[in-house]
Parts: sequence; C-alpha cells; structure tokens
Amino acid sequence: MKRAVLLLLFLAALAFPVVFTLPFPRHVMIMIFLYGALAVAWNILAGYCGQISLGHAVFFGIGAYTSTLLVAKGQLTPWLGMAAGAALAVLVSQLIGYPVFRLRGHYFAIATIAVGEIVQTLVINWDWAGGARGLFVPIKRPDSVVNFQFHQSKAVYYYIALGLLLLALAVTRWLERSRHGYYFRAIREDQDAAASLGVHVAREKHRAIAVSAALTALGGTFYAQYVFFIDPESVFPLSLSILICLIAVLGGVGTLWGPVLGAAVLVPLSEGTRVWLGGTGKALDLLIYGGLIMVIATLQPAGLMGLARRFRRAP
Amino acid sequence: MGCVYALIAAGLSLIFGLMEVVNFAHGEFLMLAMYVAFFAWALARLDPLVSLPLAALALAALGWATYHGLIRRVLGGPMLAQIFATFGLAVFLRSGAQFLWGVDFRTIKEPLLSGRLSVGGVFVGLPQLAASVLALGAFLGLYLFLSRSETGLALQATAQDRQAAALMGIDTDRMFALGWAIGSACVGVAGGLLAMFFYIFPEVGGAFALLAYVTVALGGFGNVPATLAAGVIVGLTEVVAGLVITPAMKYAVVFLLYLAVVLWRPQGLFGRF
Repeated sequence: MKRAVLLLLFLAALAFPVVFTLPFPRHVMIMIFLYGALAVAWNILAGYCGQISLGHAVFFGIGAYTSTLLVAKGQLTPWLGMAAGAALAVLVSQLIGYPVFRLRGHYFAIATIAVGEIVQTLVINWDWAGGARGLFVPIKRPDSVVNFQFHQSKAVYYYIALGLLLLALAVTRWLERSRHGYYFRAIREDQDAAASLGVHVAREKHRAIAVSAALTALGGTFYAQYVFFIDPESVFPLSLSILICLIAVLGGVGTLWGPVLGAAVLVPLSEGTRVWLGGTGKALDLLIYGGLIMVIATLQPAGLMGLARRFRRAP
Repeated sequence: MGCVYALIAAGLSLIFGLMEVVNFAHGEFLMLAMYVAFFAWALARLDPLVSLPLAALALAALGWATYHGLIRRVLGGPMLAQIFATFGLAVFLRSGAQFLWGVDFRTIKEPLLSGRLSVGGVFVGLPQLAASVLALGAFLGLYLFLSRSETGLALQATAQDRQAAALMGIDTDRMFALGWAIGSACVGVAGGLLAMFFYIFPEVGGAFALLAYVTVALGGFGNVPATLAAGVIVGLTEVVAGLVITPAMKYAVVFLLYLAVVLWRPQGLFGRF
C-alpha cells in the first residue's frame, strides 16, 4: 500500500513537466525539490543527531561559490565544481565541528549563527571572489548538460532538482537503517548515556555534519547554475539557514518525509504570496509568513508529520 | 556602545535564565522601541531622553503580551517550537514595521544632547556618553531589583527551580510574565538610548540582536552581571578591531572571539551548566 503510493508519487513527479509546460509551475516544483533536499540534509544533523544548526547557509554558499568560481575563473564544468564544492564543504564542516560540537543546546545554535556570520563577512570582503557585488555565472550557448545551463526550458533543471532530492532521501534512508543512524539518534536522546555505552560522540557528530554539509553544498551549486547570479546576501544569509530548518520543523524533525512535506507546503505558499502580494514594497507576504510560523509553532510543534501520525492513530 | 549592548543582552539573558527560552525577536523589540522614541519625537516633540520611560513601558507591555499570547503556549513544547515561535514573531514584527512605516531610514534631528566632548585628546560623542551612563544606571537598577527586592528574589528563585518556587507559594506564571516585561523594558531603554544617535529602520534589530546573542552566550546564559562584563568586552573588541584591522571586519572579529572563548570555556566566561 505504502509502496504503491510512493511509486505513484514518483511517477507523478516524473510526468509533471510533461503536463505543465508553463515556467511558473515548474519553477515552484524546482524550488520545492531544492528546499526539500536542503531540509532533508539539515535534518540528518539536526533531526537525527539532535544538533540544531542555524548556520547551514555556510555550506550552501560554499557549494554555490566553489562551482561558480571554477566556471568563471577556471573554465571547468559546474559538475566538477559541484563535486569540489561538496568536498570543500565537508572539509569546512570538520573544521567548524571542532569548536562548535563541544557546545550544547542554545549555545550550539548560537555558535553556528556566529560561524555563519563570520563566513559571510569574509566573503563580502573577498574582492577576488566578487566581494559584496557577487558573481555572475558566464552564460554559454547552446544549452548543454556539460555546461549545466539550460535556457530554453526548465525541464532539465526540474529533473536535476528531483535527482538531488531523491539522493538526499536515499542517503537519509540508508543512514536511518545503518549503525551510524542509531548512534545519531542515541546522541540526540542523551549524549552522556550514548557516550557511556561506547558511542564515540565527537566522531559520530562529525560524520553527521559531513554528510549534511556535502548534500547542502550540492544544492548550492544547483542554485548558482539555476539563477546565474550569486552574492553573499543571497547564498550566505542567516535567513536562509533559518528557512531550511523552518521547512524541516514544519514538516516534522527527525522523520524521513517530514522535510519534503514541509517544503511542499511552505514553498508554494511563499512563492505564491511573493507573486501575488510581493513587489508592493510593503512586505505583506512576509507579514503573513511570520504570522503563519507563529501559528504553526503554537498549534502543532511536532510538525505536519505529527499531525499525520495523530490522524492515523485516531480511528 | 558596550554598555548599550550589555543592556540589550541583559533583557535576553533575564528571559533565558528564567525559563530557558531564547527570544529571537529581541532585535525587533529593540527596533520597536526605537520607533516609539522616534514617534514620540516626531509627533509630540519629546526628546528620546524624555520619552525613555514611555519606551520602557511600551516594551514592557509588549513583552507581557508576548508571554501571554505566544510563549505560554509553547513553553511545554520542544526547543525548536520555541525558537520558531519567537522567530515567527520577529519576521512578523519586522515586516509589520515595514508595512506600516516603510523602509526609509529615519533619524531624530536636533536631540537635546549633541556635539562631542574631548577627554584627554579622545573625542567622545555626547549622546553616546549619555547612553552609556544611562545604560549603566539602568543596569545597576536591574541588578539591585534582582538581588534586593522581594519580587526580584522570587524571580531568581523561579529561575533556579520553578517547581520548588511554586511550592514556596510563588506564582511562577506571574513571574514568567514579569520576567518578559522586565526583559523587554531593558530593550525599551536601550532602544530609546540608541535612537538618539542611530538610524531607525525596520531591519535595524538584526545586527544588534546577533551581537546580543553572542554577548549573552559569552557571559553565560542567565547570569545578569556577567552579561555586563561580556557586553563591555564585545563593545571594546568591536572598536579595537575596527581600528586595528578594518571596520568591515569588526563583527567577524567579535564572533571569532566568541568562538575562541567557547573553545576554552563552553559555558561562557562566567556561566555554569
């Protein structure tokens, strides 16, 4: 039953660009997949391992900047840049992990905010990489998979984004069943108890952040190749870090499908309010968005997955 | 600046120490306090120094309302729900301010105090000096209230162990609401002081709030005197880094300092776990 539903969903996702040929619905779906993938990646560290990071934009920005710099300065294909960005993000995550994993709870969350701000300030002041002005991805015609640029239609982006999301989900699924997944959850429930039972807490946390950072960086590269322009304000901001975890929280933290569900609800909502109400300079869309977050946090702290679970249990 | 940072952070620290909730809308509270000062000046020609009690009262009311309307509902929930409730409030207030008052930068012209003072060859802006002195005064008042008055002691007791406090006949719910009111009033005072010499716009809270979180974590959560020391350290670091390295990097240096301290003392300089 469950398998059949998943298969149907998957086929529907595959067929979507065939049915909807207008750019806007495709754009919304691409954003759902991208943010869904980011939230799934964040969920590995925060949901399963219990380390609530508010600095994931760092890894997103590293992915975006690495590939764009390699394309703009080194003429390398973004696919190589994607791999390089993920590798660099893993390296940076290990360096960050060394100080911040000593902290717990709110101290950890605030330290990750501090790291995010440091990295953003550094990039703003890094003139070779465009500084505060940002970077353009050089436009290359015609469309080609090697150049990772498709100007004619969003369909290819659509399938790449879907692929990213499926990859993130597959990794999470694999982790859920592996030994490390159990270690992660043990750390989340009680770090001291996990350590006393022989879990190497520091090493497992570093593993979780490495996987999470690599997946987030892939999303960053995709974003750069999709939008063709990046600057520190768009790929390193605190608001992005918070948006990522907001999606996961809305859907349900520590569940496989929660972040996807959250993205499927929140992204159309924010894109919709942006298109219909934004642009007036009055920030009405953000007003609704903020109000909604408060309502969700007060009424359904376990996220939509919690709601679904309760619904299933009721009859 | 350090003293103002400390006052902003003190409000945050008080609320956290009391009930372990980080108020992510703290910067927006500050922004609203600055707007209160601005409108008191624009509509009634009240100088920020005069309207200071007004800003404090308005913010205390806001803090009280926030506790009753929002925080009480998520108090039993997971930490993430608390983070997002206050974060949603932050987005709501910020875009609300933008919706009502636009994104223009506003300043209060011709304040009572202006010009600068030369102390041994070092120039100090008079508004800044007044702000530090008043912030220190407010801090002293807060400290005396917490350590001497009966209500202050009840607040501290609630912070230490809310069940034991409740058993001793302290109405913890009222204490929580009071803590929010006082913590927000601190921000109200800080906002009124800042309005004397800083631009006022809907996004102004962000940078200050980030510094406040770092200040609180640097001093140790829930420890009000330690917050003052941390605030001064943050203010000094910012100035020194701006002078020695480059102004653009000063916040990065402040955050780096925080990470370095945390490496050495994970619970903050004076904190306990």
